[in-house]
Amino acid sequence: MFHLILFLFFGAICVAGAVNLLVQSHPINSALSLIVVMGALAGEYLLLGAEFVAAVQVIVYAGAIMVLFLITIMLLNAGKEERSKGSRVAILLGVPGVVIGGALIGWTILERPNPGAVTIGALKGDPAVIARLLFHDFLLPFEVTSVLILIAIMGAVVLASRPEAVARGARKDG
Amino acid sequence: MVPLSCYLVLSGILFVCGVLGFLIKRNIITIFMSIELMLNGVNLSFVAFAAQWHSLSGQVFVFFVMVVAAAEAAVGLAIIIAVYRTRETLNVDQVNLLKL
Repeated sequence: MFHLILFLFFGAICVAGAVNLLVQSHPINSALSLIVVMGALAGEYLLLGAEFVAAVQVIVYAGAIMVLFLITIMLLNAGKEERSKGSRVAILLGVPGVVIGGALIGWTILERPNPGAVTIGALKGDPAVIARLLFHDFLLPFEVTSVLILIAIMGAVVLASRPEAVARGARKDG
Repeated sequence: MVPLSCYLVLSGILFVCGVLGFLIKRNIITIFMSIELMLNGVNLSFVAFAAQWHSLSGQVFVFFVMVVAAAEAAVGLAIIIAVYRTRETLNVDQVNLLKL
């Protein structure tokens, strides 16, 4: 019972934040409601016993990634979004498609024979056990992600630096 | 006890909200945030299935999804800054150089 109340509480915050993200017209408000969604999702992870994932969710997602978003919004001084004509086709074709797709997802989930229930903290997501998985069973993907991060860092630096600075660097090299 | 389908439905709702935002929003940064919302919805179903099948691999996959999302956010926001520098706008309808 207690589990169900907590699930509904965090789920309601999640859905409210997601809807608020769509309704708000200023990107800062959307970003802040996305942070609310991520915090509430961390609560859901804790209910499922995934302590490590919940901590990483708060630190990496709600902390690092969203701060990057907020810094970009402030750096570009983004204002209210203006409505434009080009969005009409996407709304006319896309929204019915999304409704049908969402209905299909819900129907598939609810029509299946009951897959069972999850008790609170059903599976202990111990950091020690996850570390053993990460550094033993998933060692190769883990190492590949380090290469991915390195490439992402270099790409971000090159893309975000001013073109004149890149040209100057190339001249210095040549 | 909460049925697994409750978690899956919540994850589906988050995903559909993300797709809707991707379609109806015109600000490129908000579109990017909708993608993050979709990734979060999928993460929730990963963790729910991990708890259901008593296998921690699902949680490790969530970790990988987060790493990819972080890399994607860094590169994507750098692209947004570059677009803003050349086009002076964040409206995706005005970034139409590749349109016929």
